[in-house]
Amino acid sequence: MTRIKADSALCVGSGQCVLTEPAVFDQGDDGIVVLLTDHPDDQSAAQARHAITLCPSRALSILEE
Amino acid sequence: MTNSVAGELTDLELPVERGCPFAPPAAYERLREQAPINKIRLASGGEAWWVSGHEEGRAVLVDPRFSSDKRKDGFPLFTLDAATLQQLRSQPPLMLGMDGAEHSAARRPVIGEFTVKRLAALRPRIQDIVDHFIDDMLAADQRPVDLVQALSLPVPSLVICELLGVPYTDHDFFQSRTTMMVRRTSLQDRQQAFAELRAYIDDLVTRKESEPGDDLFSRQIARQRQEGTLDHAGLVSLAFLLLTAGHETTANMISLGVVALLTHPDQLALITADPGRTPMAVEELLRYFTIADGVTSRLATEDVQIGGVNIKAGQGVIVSTLSANWDPAAFNDPAELDIERGARHHIAFGFGPHQCLGQNLARMELQIVFDTLFRRIPTLRLAAPAADLPFKNDAVIYGLHELPVTW
Repeated sequence: MTRIKADSALCVGSGQCVLTEPAVFDQGDDGIVVLLTDHPDDQSAAQARHAITLCPSRALSILEE
Repeated sequence: MTNSVAGELTDLELPVERGCPFAPPAAYERLREQAPINKIRLASGGEAWWVSGHEEGRAVLVDPRFSSDKRKDGFPLFTLDAATLQQLRSQPPLMLGMDGAEHSAARRPVIGEFTVKRLAALRPRIQDIVDHFIDDMLAADQRPVDLVQALSLPVPSLVICELLGVPYTDHDFFQSRTTMMVRRTSLQDRQQAFAELRAYIDDLVTRKESEPGDDLFSRQIARQRQEGTLDHAGLVSLAFLLLTAGHETTANMISLGVVALLTHPDQLALITADPGRTPMAVEELLRYFTIADGVTSRLATEDVQIGGVNIKAGQGVIVSTLSANWDPAAFNDPAELDIERGARHHIAFGFGPHQCLGQNLARMELQIVFDTLFRRIPTLRLAAPAADLPFKNDAVIYGLHELPVTW
């Protein structure tokens, strides 16, 4: 099973993840990443992987459990 | 940095003119073919590492061992001379010259203003603004029309004015000063433009402090007062950065994007047939032109090994975002303008904690402009051959001085 992790201390609020997979990633009013789910389905997981490569602060990671 | 044999180094006088308006300078290609990271000699006589590779560029820009503080000794400066450096050191630093915790403390309070959701709420207003300037274009008595003055500059200027709470009646003033600051004009002209703009912004922030409105600065002032720390100098620096970065860049991308689409009608046809493709087209255009090349310079604060190269503490590094975005290892056949390639991993907005704060505002403005312009004026065409257009070869930010169009 796939698990997404977001490090809010590293996040710089670029919004790349939200633009890539809004079913998994959101931003709070402060601009910092919020996970809508940490266990996305297969389709969302593929998009989330793309988002992870685009994150400019490397705040996102994925674990295969 | 003095132990290399000088004869082996490539001299780069930055910004390097783009020989072909649609391609990086030939020297960039040669350097990248040699290695993803090379040592170069700058016009100042100093040496720096030149990063051409996409992967290596991202690695540098995300690594906290590289400093963005231009005031530090050894920082690779190519657009600033000693007198400007003196001035730089006497002013509070802009966000893009800060590192680590200091940078985070300056950036964090503002990122909430630029979330995807907040920007989506601005979309209808930006659409109105774009339609308004296109109405004026269509009503003009004379053709050709200079698209730079009619659309490219006024759209992002008005948008940033409204967002920041700056009177649009002042836009001629700050537009001309900003243009002057990023051109290779005389030092005196640039210093004068800088000083005038700084004084204007200082006055603007003072007015917001006494008469707050519904805008970004007023919200920042209210938040700071609540926290008991009104930082006037910090607000002036922030205002300076957002106002200058917020329009010149987007304006240039609008003009260049229009030229690229008009000279690649197959690509234009893809977006006019399906505006759902426009966001992809915008990413590809951002990659293709990478207008803010070389802005991403750094100074190593520790010894770092990247791309098989040992970079020593105290050495300067220039990441060429333009060269990285034309790296065939990251973008197959990079000279091809291909809106369907999937170009989102470009680093035209930089990478790492300094990545452009306004990037999603710029994306939205570009998407709306391209969709609306070609839908409302489907017969739009260049009124001069593309090769004869006045491209900004003398500026830090690439673009067009003028763009005559007709229909």
